[in-house]
Amino acid sequence: MMEFKDFVFYVLSFVLIASGLSVITSRNPVTAALSLVLAFFNAAGIWLLLQAEFLAIALVLVYVGAVMVLFLFVVMMLDINLDKLREGFWDYLPMAGFIGILMMVEMVMVFKTKPFNLAPTSESISNTSNTEMIGNTLYSNYVLPFELASVVLLIAIVSAIALTLRDRKDSKKNKPCRSDSCKTSRSCAISKNEVRGKIFKT
Amino acid sequence: MIGLSHYLILGAILFTISVVGIFLNRKNIIILLMSIELMLLAVNINFIAFSHYLNDIAGQIFVFFILTVAAAESAIGLAIIVLIFRNTRSINVDDLNRLNG
Repeated sequence: MMEFKDFVFYVLSFVLIASGLSVITSRNPVTAALSLVLAFFNAAGIWLLLQAEFLAIALVLVYVGAVMVLFLFVVMMLDINLDKLREGFWDYLPMAGFIGILMMVEMVMVFKTKPFNLAPTSESISNTSNTEMIGNTLYSNYVLPFELASVVLLIAIVSAIALTLRDRKDSKKNKPCRSDSCKTSRSCAISKNEVRGKIFKT
Repeated sequence: MIGLSHYLILGAILFTISVVGIFLNRKNIIILLMSIELMLLAVNINFIAFSHYLNDIAGQIFVFFILTVAAAESAIGLAIIVLIFRNTRSINVDDLNRLNG
């Protein structure tokens, strides 16, 4: 007798695998990105079945809401030649299929052994919510890694901005003393002094 | 009844799909990054399944950190892709031989 929960698991995992296959085989990167959104959404559903509500919602918010939008932005900004990128797409399929099947068979063999044959735990052992448990653990035992994670994110922000920063050639900004209206050094000095005086007065 | 091994096998299938994706899309950096994201998702499914079945919250904390690092990684990766495209007008891996390695 199949419970409703099992049915939901099979539906979610089927759509997850199908969308994963669509990510790796789709011709258009936009289609791949949208399939990846679907995959993340189904993974969030599976995490909900495993009673990890906080992370499921975080996955939808952070990944579907932020990272995949970033991916879509980049994919749509770049003007890429798809035919060139698809050249010889299936060339490595025999090797990739062999390695993939080998890996999967090995992993399934390991997962079928005794230690992994755990029975499902009884529903909701503790009264506290999942979010509360994560919060209690995160801010007590894992407080240093938590702070380090924030530093990692800060470094990611700074480096992403620093990498893509550039001066545009048609930019209208001008430096006051090097513009054409300010050829002579004297007027420049005067204006500098004026500015300086204003700053000092206030 | 769905046991732990069902979730682990689901993670294994997803991981295998993304490994095959890295082999197939070896010229397109964007889809390579997407395959890496899918790989991390498969690992996260394993972590959460273990966390549920062993009744230990630490697995979910690990997933939290993996999500953080993956977000940082994809942000920097996409910035690098934009930079590569600006310099070479292509994102084909075959064109990336500037370092002459």
